[in-house]
Amino acid sequence: MTRAHAATLIGERFGTAQVQGDAPFVVTVPVDQWQPFAAFAKNELGCHFFSFSTAVDWKEQGLEIVARVDNLDEGISMVMKTRLAPGVSECASLVPVYRGANWMERECFDMFGVRFVGHPDLRRILLGDDWVGHPLLKSYAVDTPYPPYR
Amino acid sequence: MATPTLSQVELDYSGGERLTMNMGPQHPSAHGVFRAILTLEGETVVAVDAVIGYLHRCHEKLAETLTYAQYPSIASKTDYVAAMTSEFAYVLAAEEIGKIDVPRRAQYLRVVTAELQRVASHLLWLGTWCMDMGGALGGGATIFLYTIRERELILDLFESLVGARLLYGFYQVGGVRYDIPSGWADTCRTTIDLIEQRIGEYERLLEQNPFFLARAQGVGVISRALAEDVGIAGPLLRASGVNFDLRRAAAYSSYQDFQFTVPTEIVGDCLSRYRVRMAEFRESIRIVRQALDGLPEGPISSRPGLKSVAQIRIPKGEAYARVEGPRGEVGCYLIADGSAKPYRMKWRGASFSNLAVLPHIIPGHKVADVVAIMGSVDPVFGEVDR
Repeated sequence: MTRAHAATLIGERFGTAQVQGDAPFVVTVPVDQWQPFAAFAKNELGCHFFSFSTAVDWKEQGLEIVARVDNLDEGISMVMKTRLAPGVSECASLVPVYRGANWMERECFDMFGVRFVGHPDLRRILLGDDWVGHPLLKSYAVDTPYPPYR
Repeated sequence: MATPTLSQVELDYSGGERLTMNMGPQHPSAHGVFRAILTLEGETVVAVDAVIGYLHRCHEKLAETLTYAQYPSIASKTDYVAAMTSEFAYVLAAEEIGKIDVPRRAQYLRVVTAELQRVASHLLWLGTWCMDMGGALGGGATIFLYTIRERELILDLFESLVGARLLYGFYQVGGVRYDIPSGWADTCRTTIDLIEQRIGEYERLLEQNPFFLARAQGVGVISRALAEDVGIAGPLLRASGVNFDLRRAAAYSSYQDFQFTVPTEIVGDCLSRYRVRMAEFRESIRIVRQALDGLPEGPISSRPGLKSVAQIRIPKGEAYARVEGPRGEVGCYLIADGSAKPYRMKWRGASFSNLAVLPHIIPGHKVADVVAIMGSVDPVFGEVDR
């Protein structure tokens, strides 16, 4: 699997995806293609290594979900992105494809409030269960006077 | 009896009584603040729920409020056992977006400090891990005192270079903050020679000890498929048969100039992880020697006016920079919006991903093995919780 071959495959299978660069590939897919694309990257492009996933808050333009996976043998790296509509915070989970997404998506839920549909155990991971709000949203001020102060 | 949640991996169980045991948050073998809720059937663990976050300090939110010149010294507080590594990832990401050159001398100094840091970090790991397995090694604090003694020598080197022993702030966007003082290279050579000789002593001490082998061999096996799927990296990944090292696969900061091998094992148990790290000691020492011998002359930063904190502006863009830390891939995903501060910064902490493998491998082991497995993963909770 060369990079050129991978690029052709992506073009054939996911016509709606926008591809930039090839080291790494930065692929933006529509939100309904998020999980199918991850499965494709894993099974057909050989990207078995799950590096990380996270979100970016673009304020009124909505949240962006980002994940990175690698094919360690052939040096293919893939940054997958999908944009949620403004006000929406629901996205398909990658846990059925990559087990490493479990904790990463829990962190993303904790920090951004993104509800990953199909995640087996979506609860806060770094903050306490009684925390109010999702701190990495741009609307969450650094000095937000929320409880718990104990 | 609490029903285990779905995050736990359970063995088939149809027997009678179960016990839920709380291990931590204050447990000496956790190397930090970590709570494992173990579901036991007799002495055997059938499910684990890992509770983390006790050390969370909002690093990612904090990074959005600090300039590119201010944050590197804060970055060192994520993985405080290998503080150089996280600074390294952050400045690499900023340099990639800003297309900022780094002089060769600075690149070499980065390599020297990063490799010394790896040796220091592995020394701490070896000592604490062997202490975790305590009694089996005949009063386990012995080797801990040895490795701490050697680690002190490296911290002394860092102290004379930076002025700090644990958290450095040595890396800056565009270069490094200080040049090595006179005589430092010679002290460094003497130190690594000494440590290299002592590594052999540890190996003889441990590998001929049947109790050590019994605790480590065949315990906590991570298959290659599981390793990649969960995204564990570094010595853990290489112990599971994946020959992948970022210094080789995606060479940064002049690593292509140095000769070294990437140690790989295939079994994936605690002993393999031990063997990989022991080999890495020697490879790191080899790289330090080469870097000191070939240290180029020249400036140590491409940004001479670095004293003023607000001056670095990075253009709009994003980058993911990753370095091979002592615990694996430490990555910094940085999005710049053209101002003096990042728009978003995400840490891919190596320990976070490595620790996530625990619920998959612990079930089926005895409680005492939990300690050995956790130690072999070498988590640093500052990096897990960030």
